[in-house]
Amino acid sequence: MDALLRLFSLIPGWDQNVPAWASVTLAGLVAAGLCLGFMSLGPVGYVYVERKIAGFMQDRLGPMRVGPWGLLQTIADTIKLLFKEAIFPAAVHKVMFVVAPCLVVTGAFMGFAVLPFSPTWQAADLDVGAFYVIAIGSLSTVGLIMAGWASNNKYALFGAMRSAAQIVSYEIPAVMSLIVVVMIAGSLSLQAIVGEQAGGLHNWFLWKFFPLNVIAFLVFFTATLAECNRTPFDIPEAESELVAGFHTEYSGFFFAMFFLAEYTEMFVASAMAAVLFLGGFAAPIPALQTVGGFDIGPVWLIAKAWALVFVHMWLRWTLPRLRVDQLMHVAWKVLLPISLFLIVVVGGLLTWPATANGFPWDRWVGWLLSALLFVYLATTAARAWRWHARQVREAVA
Amino acid sequence: MSAGITRPVTSAESVGWRIDDIGPDEMILSMGPQHPSTHGVLRIELITDGELVREARPHIGYLHRCFEKHCENVDYPGVIPYTDRLDYVASMGNSLGYALAVEKLLAIEPSPYVQTIRVIMAELQRIASHCVAVGTYGMDLGAFTPFLHLLRDREKILDVFEWTCGARLLYNYNWIGGLSHDVPDGFVRACREIVAEFDKVTWPELVNLLIGNRIFIERTAKVGVVSRELAISYDLTGPNLRGSGVAYDLRKAEPYCGYENYEFAVPVGEGRHGPLGSCFDRNWVRVVEMKESARIISQALDRLEKLEKTDVREKVPKRAKPAKGEVFARSEAPRGNLGYYVVADGTAVNPYRVKVKSPCFTAMSAFHHVARGVMIADIIALIGSFDVVLGEIDR
Repeated sequence: MDALLRLFSLIPGWDQNVPAWASVTLAGLVAAGLCLGFMSLGPVGYVYVERKIAGFMQDRLGPMRVGPWGLLQTIADTIKLLFKEAIFPAAVHKVMFVVAPCLVVTGAFMGFAVLPFSPTWQAADLDVGAFYVIAIGSLSTVGLIMAGWASNNKYALFGAMRSAAQIVSYEIPAVMSLIVVVMIAGSLSLQAIVGEQAGGLHNWFLWKFFPLNVIAFLVFFTATLAECNRTPFDIPEAESELVAGFHTEYSGFFFAMFFLAEYTEMFVASAMAAVLFLGGFAAPIPALQTVGGFDIGPVWLIAKAWALVFVHMWLRWTLPRLRVDQLMHVAWKVLLPISLFLIVVVGGLLTWPATANGFPWDRWVGWLLSALLFVYLATTAARAWRWHARQVREAVA
Repeated sequence: MSAGITRPVTSAESVGWRIDDIGPDEMILSMGPQHPSTHGVLRIELITDGELVREARPHIGYLHRCFEKHCENVDYPGVIPYTDRLDYVASMGNSLGYALAVEKLLAIEPSPYVQTIRVIMAELQRIASHCVAVGTYGMDLGAFTPFLHLLRDREKILDVFEWTCGARLLYNYNWIGGLSHDVPDGFVRACREIVAEFDKVTWPELVNLLIGNRIFIERTAKVGVVSRELAISYDLTGPNLRGSGVAYDLRKAEPYCGYENYEFAVPVGEGRHGPLGSCFDRNWVRVVEMKESARIISQALDRLEKLEKTDVREKVPKRAKPAKGEVFARSEAPRGNLGYYVVADGTAVNPYRVKVKSPCFTAMSAFHHVARGVMIADIIALIGSFDVVLGEIDR
């Protein structure tokens, strides 16, 4: 918005003739329009990329018929969805049935408001930006439950209940690992968080208190993956169990809205992970921050977010789906304890006096605890890998 | 009915559950016949308490095509295309069983050349069928990619079938006393390539991607345990029986088509990750069986090369009109013991009666027993692990 306001004031006589409230409103509308455009056009790209990635992993070509290499396939699909009849089954609650997808899309879209694409390209630099994203992210839960309930379909209801349980559970580890970053940055403002990480790859929060923040990043990524209802956590819309979960009864444009919301959430979650841990719009090498005098921060943020979106897709086309109880197990018994531990250790490292009685306690205790956690997690990972390798070896033998 | 008190549902209530059959927190969930993972048109009625399933009752018959009545109205060779449509994922095995039954009735012994081709075809079909079974099982659990990898390799087998007899799904290949077509030139080489690629690429890839996956094991290993006793008492056959640890295979127990000449193992469930007879074990048996089938194919190809080529239609009767009598013949189809009971009245060219003993039907009859107290997601894992094909259940 700042950038837009500055742009407006370049127009001769703008500041003298247009009242401040009007230019702020106008800038807000333009910013919202830009975000909306980005959000609506983004999935055209993601869906194409996802289908191509799936095709690549499954030894096939993916879309090839519409346009060169099937590039126009998603556009054709979108047009088809827009023109399809939106069917209202006889027994649905009409009002809630319509409001639900709107709420879900709104929840996904509002996250864009605080995403910092560059120091000036941000719709609103809230002081509580990180908190806002988490709070708005839960709005879609309301929409999903409404959709499930209004559909008057048992499968939709199951999907909605699962989704509520899942999002509520996974929000906690997500927030806990976010708190780690907030404590380090000392601010909830996303601009401030990115500002702290500027100046190159080595300043990213990912490497802070190595390896603690790497673990925090993994926890955050896993939790947001679950919040986006993606495989292996896609139980709310588990195709083979619940037909299509909460959007079983939806068709045409309303279905497209759920689809849009899913991909938008995926982007917002990945962009958040990039902002919190991977330096956001800050370039990995400071020299690459500007090209020809222009700040290419947005390119960096989008590139980082897309890299994480790719990991989402990669996981989706590789892993089977967890069961409900196993899902809860992962959230409450694995991710939550780890993130609580991280909060305690990082908090201790940050608040401990740098040197007490001339001895650097913070470094020693911090490193000891980090080393313990790291050794524990590394051995767990190694054990898991050895276990998998043994399964394969025994099976082949 | 007060909360927490559940009464067993009697089998006499066959129409469907009513509102007074369920407790205050329970719900009747109708799964199928239009459901993505009931493997065809199966309908399962569940009494659920949240995610938990208290009772499950399968309803079959949506694919009933009067197979047995049809058989009484066509001549003996005319039944074979109908048998293809029983277990449409493994048509070669179906027609083989019927051909064996009628050959027994007519006292025809096909030449070793024909029998060897039959073995090759049956085992290729077993691999193709298990590819679908294991692949769709992965898909039931949410893993989409292994399914497409396996279907890709099934295509190669179907290509060979198409090359041989012109059809990819319903072959009409095993005729009474012979085969519809001889194998084409280059068949042996094509089969060897398939087997080599299967052993070297498909199988290790499958194990690495799906079977060794932690989530897959967690989802299947402690779910749907069929004990040895239960399996035998419900007459489970094929991989479902062997998954419970009973090493019974008709190819070993009552060899037909010269199976006694081949060296192969009968894989059984080992209870590797949990109790014996779990979904994992049943699936595991199929996976290992594919490998054993590849072994049999290699041996049969060696044999085929050494055998003297004979006309495959040499012993096909011009007009099959058996003397009065009845016969029961069974064979090890990919899904279990497929038995044909054929009655001839001695006057007509069409069978007096044909009755099929279907392996999927018996597997489905044990379903409600295993499905008590599992979760909804496990119901899907359970149906997939029994690997039922509704065409064979409903006939």
